[in-house]
Amino acid sequence: MPEPSLAQVLAAALVSALNAYVLFGGADFGGGVWDLLATGSRRDRQREVIGHAIGPIWEANHVWLILAIVLTLTCFPPVFARVGIVLHIPLTLMLVGVVLRGSAFTFRTYDDERDTVQRRWGRIFAGASLVTPVLLGVCIGAIAAGRVGPVATGGGFTERFVDPWLTPFSVAVGLLALTLFAHLAAVFLTLETDDPELIADFRVRALGSGLAVFLAAFGALLIAPSHAPLVGAGVLGSRWSLPWHLATGAAAIVTLAALWWKRYHLARVAVGAQVSLIIWGWALAQYPYLVPPDLTLTSAGAPVATLRLVLIALGLGVAVLLPSLVYLFRVFKAGPAHSARRLPQGGPDS
Amino acid sequence: MSDLLAARSQMAVSLGFHILFAVAGIGMPVLMVVAEQRYRSTGDRLCLELAKRWAKGAAILFAVGAVSGTVLSFELGLLWPHFMQLAGPIIGMPLSLEGFAFFTEAIFLGIYLYGWDRISSRAHLWAGILVAVSGAASGIFVVIANAWMNAPTGFTLTQGVVTHVDPIAGMLNPMAFQQALHMTLASYAATGFGVAGIHAFLLLFDPHNAFHRRALSIALLVGAPAAVVQPVSGDLSARAVARYQPAKLAAMESHFETRRHAPLVIGGWPDTKRRATKYAVEVPGGLSLLAFHDVNAEVTGLDRFPRADWPSVPIVHAAFQVMVAFGTYLAAVSLWAGILALRRRDLCANVRLLRALAAAAPMGFVAIEAGWTVTEVGRQPWIVYGMLRTAAAVTPMPGLIVPFLGFSLLYCFLGGIVAWLLYRQIIRSPRPTAWSRTHRPAVARGA
Repeated sequence: MPEPSLAQVLAAALVSALNAYVLFGGADFGGGVWDLLATGSRRDRQREVIGHAIGPIWEANHVWLILAIVLTLTCFPPVFARVGIVLHIPLTLMLVGVVLRGSAFTFRTYDDERDTVQRRWGRIFAGASLVTPVLLGVCIGAIAAGRVGPVATGGGFTERFVDPWLTPFSVAVGLLALTLFAHLAAVFLTLETDDPELIADFRVRALGSGLAVFLAAFGALLIAPSHAPLVGAGVLGSRWSLPWHLATGAAAIVTLAALWWKRYHLARVAVGAQVSLIIWGWALAQYPYLVPPDLTLTSAGAPVATLRLVLIALGLGVAVLLPSLVYLFRVFKAGPAHSARRLPQGGPDS
Repeated sequence: MSDLLAARSQMAVSLGFHILFAVAGIGMPVLMVVAEQRYRSTGDRLCLELAKRWAKGAAILFAVGAVSGTVLSFELGLLWPHFMQLAGPIIGMPLSLEGFAFFTEAIFLGIYLYGWDRISSRAHLWAGILVAVSGAASGIFVVIANAWMNAPTGFTLTQGVVTHVDPIAGMLNPMAFQQALHMTLASYAATGFGVAGIHAFLLLFDPHNAFHRRALSIALLVGAPAAVVQPVSGDLSARAVARYQPAKLAAMESHFETRRHAPLVIGGWPDTKRRATKYAVEVPGGLSLLAFHDVNAEVTGLDRFPRADWPSVPIVHAAFQVMVAFGTYLAAVSLWAGILALRRRDLCANVRLLRALAAAAPMGFVAIEAGWTVTEVGRQPWIVYGMLRTAAAVTPMPGLIVPFLGFSLLYCFLGGIVAWLLYRQIIRSPRPTAWSRTHRPAVARGA
């Protein structure tokens, strides 16, 4: 096997950052979705568990997105420029969602304890959590479909700045992202409380959203060959596509089975594997293109001097970040938090 | 409004908004760590209460800073794609390092905020220290990227194509040290005086409130030294600007005509048509002395540059005057407070000092906004000085007034909410029942 090039290593790092963002940040957005869909007599307790689960970690989880962005703008500047121009509208809307989600969540945590105030922030937080993943998926779908091509100089506004991303395939990927994030969150939430009733609530949500993921993924795959030929061909027709489908499907089935038999730790691992397989499947399907139809690893790569330095920085950064992240998650995710207990002293209600 | 102006305005609003939170994200962790350390060494519960309140303030400010910073990182590509395509391989390096520093900050802030009863008190204090260190580091990296736009190095430009890229040389550009130092000191001074000013104001009405007294002393401890050193750092910056961006210096100083023994123009309003400054006070030889440490040195004026390459002289000159005036005020108040403290006077009993501090509360932040106006407007019409014009870097996307107005409204709304929350959560002193019985004696001794 030939030695991987610098650009390949850094592209893998970029996909890993996106993968981590989808796994962790995605679950935080999914938490917002379940906040929005909280129902029944245990509505407030469900919301409380979600708030506790997200509180200490959402900012760290969010930084994966920033990391993916800085890696792109440093290592593959033409990709950043192209995406910034063609996907200006969905990205801007997504940013509004990012801003509203993060700030409304924080405002809810630190604002008045009265129900009306809490509900107002909660609604903004939850609404933004619903819209943002769809827009992220739409952007990814547009790239995968090969519609983010060279910027045309002529043509009308919609032709240049709307048509590339407003397609059935992009919307399908947007819905896939939304269902996937909600599914991830529900599976993770089964381990965030030790209240059996709430665990049962999240189990039902995890099972339901798991089926929704199946439908959304199936829908996207179905229209992929006609709308996203490159990715469609990679996902459906290449050497690795059959084992990949089998592995992804197996992970999904293990997740649902584990949920069914209440093996929540297993479900968490399996759903993580399922999501990662989807991300890497997409990345491999469009390899060596970063933004089809023209920007590849080599054509869009920054000079070697930059790539080499970023790789060194990445090594050092990971050496600092990984132990820190492990520590963060060990402090807050070692066992289920007590759902009945309000935040510790330093929290909002002291 | 042209698309270029809309893009510039959106960038200005985004930066101007984010910078307030970024500054607080650098300064507040220092305040909370000092308060927690004081509690650990003296057992003073009020210091613990302060650390917790400041941590809450930091949490709100950090969250809004994190999301508005995300917006900025995207806006580099959404608004200035051609700039990023050219500069990405060079300034991407400090921006990547900033990503890591920011990540570390976010991790340990989460641990600090939610970990009060989950980890040992020593580990907790260290988490706070790491927040403060990584916060300062991430600010420094971003400023280094900006410094490169002012004094680009680390590449060769041949016929519009960038070759021989050396990101390390880009990071070691001649403005990097000066700007990073100036901004880091400014962050501590602005946050320290912002907090000290608020508590000084409240002490005017409630002079014996021990909570406000502790808060004032810790905030001054952080803000005053930075404010005193800042003029020296400003001198370093100004001399570097004189050397590497003479047009910006000329605009800052409203200096139209190249000459030896150049006067320092204080205040006034630049008339770019007549190339003169109305209503200004002039100090003969002052500019030569400040810019080159020699009263007879020649200072390049705007006359050496084509009219089309001038930045907006009135804006840059006025912003520079505001920054220097407020910075000088903060340094003077710091020295005054320092002298009183050395004479072992009770600072919190000095009504005139309290009034001066209360007036100073917004000044550090205003000075920072003014300083960034000087940096950014003063570099125009260039986005990368001497290399790429702002007009050539802007996105082809039309209708940019829409996102500009949208983000402006969004940020106005968020700014108002944050101000209200800080008022509710942080500033109002704790209800007496919470601590008065145990702590009144200490208050009485201090008063």
